[in-house]
Amino acid sequence: MENLNIEGSAKTPTVEFKTSGSLLIKGRSIPENSIEFYKPLIDWIGAYGGSPQGTTEVNIQLEYFNTSSSKCILDVFKKLETLSGTSITINWYYEEDDEDMLEAGEDYQAIVDIPFKMIEVEEL
Amino acid sequence: MKTLDIFDLYRQMESNNILLSFKGTITSELLSSVLQIMESKMENLEESLKTRRKVFNVLVECLQNLYHHIDDFEVHGTVDEIEHRKSAIFLISRNPGHYNIITGNFLLNENVEKLKGRIETINSFDREELKEYYKSVLNNGEMSDKGGGGLGFIDIAKKSGEKLEYNIVNLDEKYSFFTLIVKIEQN
Repeated sequence: MENLNIEGSAKTPTVEFKTSGSLLIKGRSIPENSIEFYKPLIDWIGAYGGSPQGTTEVNIQLEYFNTSSSKCILDVFKKLETLSGTSITINWYYEEDDEDMLEAGEDYQAIVDIPFKMIEVEEL
Repeated sequence: MKTLDIFDLYRQMESNNILLSFKGTITSELLSSVLQIMESKMENLEESLKTRRKVFNVLVECLQNLYHHIDDFEVHGTVDEIEHRKSAIFLISRNPGHYNIITGNFLLNENVEKLKGRIETINSFDREELKEYYKSVLNNGEMSDKGGGGLGFIDIAKKSGEKLEYNIVNLDEKYSFFTLIVKIEQN
């Protein structure tokens, strides 16, 4: 299987999903219709689940995301939940003072059964 | 329209601190441009990062709410009628101490009560309850084929930290006009 690389745009994030077990979503996710954008990501995780690495590190570095994306991001996490044979961590990045982004991470943390790490950075 | 009317319209907008306004068909491209314009405007105005983030977030949701509503809005009639009813308006104003994002659109009378109910429910919650409500809709709510699933208004209320101000005017036996006013404090 191959890595999944999607270049970011004004409304969609950069995606770098590596078979080495490092998954990154970075930038802005504010498309009007998110389902179309997130489907290949969820499919990739499904395929990766066939023979995952011992550890999988998920890095979410979002500057903005809309409510249309929020459901899809939850679907990404729920798909990760179904993987077995790999120890998963989700690193949720947020800029200092961005309480809304921290709170969004905490909301996912409460819903998703995967360990989250909240990481404050100066700038994303 | 006479030249004088245009000046009057300009003055009205000026006295209401309007930064940007639009009336017409809401497209994805338009939203991209408006968001870009507002980002650079707020940067030029040297707004704090916090204010810029809040206004941008709420603006995205307000404009995409409009976009999806118009997309789903089934209007029957002549091309002109459809164009007219599918038209919407939005204004962004920068007042002393706060921003306002105002949107307006037509809707069918039969959907008025449902819309009122949704907003009144959101307005009845305090901050903590709103947070819990958001989480439960995020986790359990039915996703529409576009992904939204009714989170838009909840998110707007949560991020703005204010009650949603709205107005619905009945126009005729078929249509009403819905106005939403969202206030965002400057930080």
